[in-house]
Formats: sequence, C-alpha cells, structure tokens
Amino acid sequence: MIEEAGAAVSSAVAEAHRRDWALVLAGVAQLTRDLDLAEECTQDAYAQALESWARSGIPDRPGAWLTTVARNRARDLIRREAVFRRRMPLLVPEPSVPGPEDALGEDGRLRLIFTCCHPALSPEAQVALTLRLVCGLSTAEVARAFLVPEPTMAARITRAKKKISAARIPYRVPAPDELAGRVGAVLEVVHLIFTTGHTPPAGARLVRRDLVDGAIDLARTLHLLMPHDTEISALLALLLLIDARSETRLAADGRMLLLAEQDRSRWDRTRIAEGVGLLTDALRRRPPTRYAVEAAIAAVHAESVTWEDTDWTEIAGLYDVLLRLWPSPVVALNRAVAIGRRDGPQAGLDALAPLLADPALATYGYLSAARADFLRRLGRWDLAADAYREALALTGNEVERAFLAARLDEVTRSR
Amino acid sequence: MAKYMLLIYGDAQQWDAMTPEQWQAHGEAHGAFNEAAGGKVVGGEQLELAQTATTLRTDGTGSVLTTDGPFLETKEVLGGFYLLEAADLDEAIKLASRLPEVHAGHSGVEIRPVVDHG
Repeated sequence: MIEEAGAAVSSAVAEAHRRDWALVLAGVAQLTRDLDLAEECTQDAYAQALESWARSGIPDRPGAWLTTVARNRARDLIRREAVFRRRMPLLVPEPSVPGPEDALGEDGRLRLIFTCCHPALSPEAQVALTLRLVCGLSTAEVARAFLVPEPTMAARITRAKKKISAARIPYRVPAPDELAGRVGAVLEVVHLIFTTGHTPPAGARLVRRDLVDGAIDLARTLHLLMPHDTEISALLALLLLIDARSETRLAADGRMLLLAEQDRSRWDRTRIAEGVGLLTDALRRRPPTRYAVEAAIAAVHAESVTWEDTDWTEIAGLYDVLLRLWPSPVVALNRAVAIGRRDGPQAGLDALAPLLADPALATYGYLSAARADFLRRLGRWDLAADAYREALALTGNEVERAFLAARLDEVTRSR
Repeated sequence: MAKYMLLIYGDAQQWDAMTPEQWQAHGEAHGAFNEAAGGKVVGGEQLELAQTATTLRTDGTGSVLTTDGPFLETKEVLGGFYLLEAADLDEAIKLASRLPEVHAGHSGVEIRPVVDHG
C-alpha cells in the first residue's frame, strides 16, 4: 500500500517535471534574475515535492505548488546571500517590470526559450541550455545525448549562463519587429533536439523518448503561445507526423524495421490527424517553408495505406521543392532515394552519383546505406557488400548496425 | 545600463584600397551610426595602421622588451573602436549593426561587454 502511494508520488513528480519544469524555473528566474540560482531553487523544489507530497498528498496544482516553494527558497537564499552576493551581473529584465504574478503566466516559459536560443550563444550552447533549463534534463542526460563527457557539458552550460549575465543577453521575448528573425533559431534548436532523440548517433536505443518528448513539448508550447506563426505550426506538424510512426520502428525482437515493413495499423492516428490539420492550416496561410515541405513529405507516408501505395512521384516532387528552399546535401540524398523509388534502382544510383564526391557527406553513413540498397536491388552483390561495410563503419547506433549487418550477411550469401 | 566595447576589425589592405568616394560614404555611415546611438556613444576613435603599433612585453628576465608591430600578427587588424552604453546586448547589437564595417566582406565588429566594477 505504502509502495503504491510512493509510486503515485514519484509519477506525479515525474509528470510535474515534464510539464511544469520550465514554467517553475521561469517563475523563479523572474524573481532571482539569476539563472544559476533559479535552476538550483527549482531543483530543490522538485526534491522537496518527493518528500512533501508523500507526507501530505499531491497538491491540486503541482506547478503552482512547485513555483511557490522554489520562489520561497530563492527569497531565503537571496536574503542570506545578500552580504556576499556574487558580483555577477543580474539578468536584464523587461523594461516595464511586471508584477510577480505575471511570472506564473505562460510567457515566462517563452522568455526562457528565447534567452536560451539567443544568437549570441553558440548553437551547441543553445541546445544544451534549452535541454537543461527549458526541458529540465540533467547535465548528465544532456551530455549523454550529445556524446560528450559530463564535465565538458557542465562547463559548456556554465559558460553559456555566464555569457548571458556578463554580456547582458536580455531575459525577454523579442519585440514584435525582431520576433520573426529570432523564431528561426528557436525552431532549429527544437528540430535538432528531436532528430537527436529520434535516432541517437550512438548507443543501444533507436529512440530517446526524453529528447523526442522534450522537443514535441517545446514545439507545442511555442505553438500555444504563438498560434499564428505558420513556421511553428509546420515544425510541430513535422514532429508529430514522424513521431506517429516511432512505436513501429522496432520489431518485437529489437530489430529495426524499415518503413516498408512497419505495421501501419499501429501508427498513431491521433498524432497523424493533428499533424495533417496543422500542416493544412499552415499551407493555407503562407507559401511553403522548409518545415512545411518536410511535414508534407511525412504526411504522404503517414497517409498511404500500404508501402506499395506510397506516391513516390509526389514525394520526389516535394524533395525538388525542398532542395530549392533548403539546399543541403542531406536533402539531395533523400531526393535521390525518392527518385530511385519512383524510377527504379538504377535511376536512384545515378541520382546518388554526384553526391559521392560531396565532402559534407564523406562520413555520412546513410549515403553508403542508400547506395548499398540500390546495388542490392540491382543484384550487384559485391559492390553492395562493400557499400554495407562502409555504412557499418560510419554508423554508431547499435540498432542500425544490426540492421546493416543483417543486410551485409544477406548480400554476401547471395553471391 | 551596461557598457560595451565595439572593436572594429578588418583587412588593412582592403581599407587602404578604398577610393575617396568610398571613404566619404564610409564616413557618412559612421555619422548615421552616431546619430542613431545619440548620447549612448561614450567614446570612439579610428586607429592608425597596425604597422605603426608598438608592443611592450617582458623579455623573461624582468626587463621590458619593446617591439615594432601589433601584439598579434594577423591579416585582420583592429582599425578602430567605440565605447557604447546600452541597456542590454540586443540594443548593442542593433546599434552596432549600423556600422559600415559589419556590411563589408573583409571586416567585422566584435562586441565585448565591459566589466562593471561598480
């Protein structure tokens, strides 16, 4: 019985961590004007929740409870530290300082996101800070996601926080005339968090739920707070449409399943419908942007009833548009794969040929894997085997490696 | 309010090659910057070429070694500076973006917050 209650409390704290962390931290930062201190007090409040909630029950509004506790803790510390307060400059507040209750409102979170994704911070620092401060991941978790040692990540986060206060990066949502120029950086961070979680570059798992959920929550928050920004809607649509398939990417035995092999009846129809709705709305209001076209491609997959029904002409056409909007070698690679599906493996191989010399793709395992697949379908076993070996050498994710090894075995035996 | 140092770096050869017309446009752009920044410009100067620089270091035994040339021998040199007062980095970025050196391919402006000892 006690165990059961304990489990209920831990899951309530975990849920409050996922849902309210950024809100609590933003509320405290508004008071402390010091991200370090805000982070410490937020951490303390969650630790205290584990004890208090077990003793006196789970509060009706966990987020409000946590914010109050964290802010009280901050007041204590500020009073105690007042004499030897570090000489670090404080966060720059809004020009018109709103009442403390405003900090409990939604845009506290937005303020935090825009500060973490300020262009004066390096892209690595933006991602690390967002995961730590907005998504509430521990430094160790952030370090693991990006394959760097924990002390390195801790130093990166500390350096970024120091820059925010020393250079006076303002703690606020950009003014309307600056907003359009700043949303892009935030979306890039959210997208990067998602793709890192969707197929981690190394490790035993194919999907890291913490990163994927963190990215979707961020996109959802942004969409909620800025519902008229079509680029945000398009990104949220893209993440939902891709994530709708995530449960079917692994077979029961842990083997990776390709799109062709996945059980489409298990795709998350609610997510697909939400994604398609957001995308349709975004496309109605503005000419297509990068994320909208990517979402449209994901929607074509999500809506084909079977693999054989996939409209490759549509997909190849969308990749043409995407390549114009966002000329990148990875898009060119995906376009070649779509051409190969539409016009046959030899056409795919021809479309890949110019990419083999691209230095940006020199260590990109997916290029070798795509080439290997076309060669396999053409029955050119020796060349296919070489390409699979090359792909294996460039891939760190264990689930993907197992897939490639099985294919290598298959083509070797076919010789 | 905080103070920021705007350090203007660029390729001296490219600055040397500028025509009188280009210099005039350049000067006007600085005028526009000063006008936009108003009283926020605390100070600022254009510097003589880096080859006029003299650098002092210790020779390791405690005496001062005087050498000809800038501290760092780089292609891009410090050509001038402004000391600016701004509410935050965003305001400093907004103002500094008006400097013509930001828009020329060979030059750029580094924004450094000044340590507040107050």
